[in-house]
Amino acid sequence: MARHVVATVDQIPPGQRLLVQVNGREIGIFNVEGEYFAVANRCPHEGASLCKGRIVGLVEATGPGDYQYSRRGELLRCPWHGWEFDLRTGRSWCEPDRTRVRSYELKVESGGALIEGELRAETFQVTIDKQYVVLEI
Amino acid sequence: MSTIELERPRASSYKLRVIDCDIHPAMTSWTEVHPYLEARWIEHLSVYGSHLRHAFSEALSHPRMSPDAARIDAYPEEGGPPGSSLELMRKQHLDPNGIEVGMLIPLRWNPGSQRNLDLGAALTRAMNTWQVERWVKQEPRLRASVLVAQEDTVASVAEIDARGGDPNFTQILILPKTDEPLGRRRYWPIYEAAVRNNLPITIHVGGTNGHPSTGGGWTSYYMEEHHSVAQTMQAVVASLVFEGVLERFPQLRVVIMEGGLGWVPSLNARMDKHWARLRSEVPHVRKPPSEYVREQVWFSTQPMEEPATSAELIDLFDRIGWDRLLFSTDYPHWDFDDPRYAFRANLTQAQREQLLYENARKFYRLD
Repeated sequence: MARHVVATVDQIPPGQRLLVQVNGREIGIFNVEGEYFAVANRCPHEGASLCKGRIVGLVEATGPGDYQYSRRGELLRCPWHGWEFDLRTGRSWCEPDRTRVRSYELKVESGGALIEGELRAETFQVTIDKQYVVLEI
Repeated sequence: MSTIELERPRASSYKLRVIDCDIHPAMTSWTEVHPYLEARWIEHLSVYGSHLRHAFSEALSHPRMSPDAARIDAYPEEGGPPGSSLELMRKQHLDPNGIEVGMLIPLRWNPGSQRNLDLGAALTRAMNTWQVERWVKQEPRLRASVLVAQEDTVASVAEIDARGGDPNFTQILILPKTDEPLGRRRYWPIYEAAVRNNLPITIHVGGTNGHPSTGGGWTSYYMEEHHSVAQTMQAVVASLVFEGVLERFPQLRVVIMEGGLGWVPSLNARMDKHWARLRSEVPHVRKPPSEYVREQVWFSTQPMEEPATSAELIDLFDRIGWDRLLFSTDYPHWDFDDPRYAFRANLTQAQREQLLYENARKFYRLD
């Protein structure tokens, strides 16, 4: 496992996303109301650029005529066929065991801690007073 | 961990060579067809508009999953609807997906469903020229389809004869929601012209004829309506068989496009069973219906069936006939099939090449 600094937190406001390259892989970083999630930019169904899809909530029903809407902004919907993926787990809603996108561990760390741990970003300067998104791969 | 992503080969593991039988070109603006449309109809459209047999005549008959039923990554940066930019089509589809030949299936204006027959016929002439000028002349991989306004048989035959022999065109295009089932004799002059000009008839889902989408009435949901294309296509195939079209025109070749595949063996079996009992009602159907289908009907693959096991898909192809399957992507629509991943089966390289390329090469006589 290696750790990569992929963004500053202010690069990705809540509800937004950022596509990054790590070791030649395209990975989407999502900010869901202050929590950060990372998934591969490749739909496991037919290979679409998944991270270009719409960010949606979860609509469920206990029966006809009744519905609940929850988890606003926590699901990612493929731009082609509309498969819904849970950003927290990478699992698809309809086939959670069979069809899932690779998800990655993310941490938010201060620049000071990163410099102390001798972890440098590949593409930009890390400064002490900023917060960074760090991806483990 | 077992994921679908890991089970199938990546793009780089083999070279793709594909003939895509279903690409939807769009217009940046609806006025794009004006250079090819008589002034009388440009003025007509600005004064009266187009008139289809459903409300909001510029809209689709049922809301799609996304505007224009499009992939949401297919909008050109410079504006305009998905399918309107040749540059993006090349970059996003033709080049990376190894498309050597792509068949254009224009759906805009829906000329075959126009209530004003003269407007419908004028739109087919204009859109046929538009396909050549705007697409085929700019991109040699693309081929046009002869749109016809099938409710006006005389105009349709004239347009087929006008385009016949032009190598820019590979087929005649009709949308299956017609005023009457397509096997009815009123449409036979179109089939006769098709045979005379060596052009297959491609029937691509769509059209607005005022009839409910399903035999059970209008649907409530898009997902419910989306299944109705299979019913419609079954009705078309049965009509072509039982009205005697395939018997009367043994040289006629028909493509059922975007109507699914899983129903084909079932329809064949049911028709054969009933034919054994009721044949005397339709004595002109001189052999089991499935034989006409096997000899004269081809099927495009998208939206590909995705059964749980590879064996089920292989069995389906065995029963339809491997040589009857024409690969299609439906670019840029949302239910697009990628040639790398469309077939969830353990295919040999030869089978894959047959489905992605060889069948269409032979069918469209592309040599």
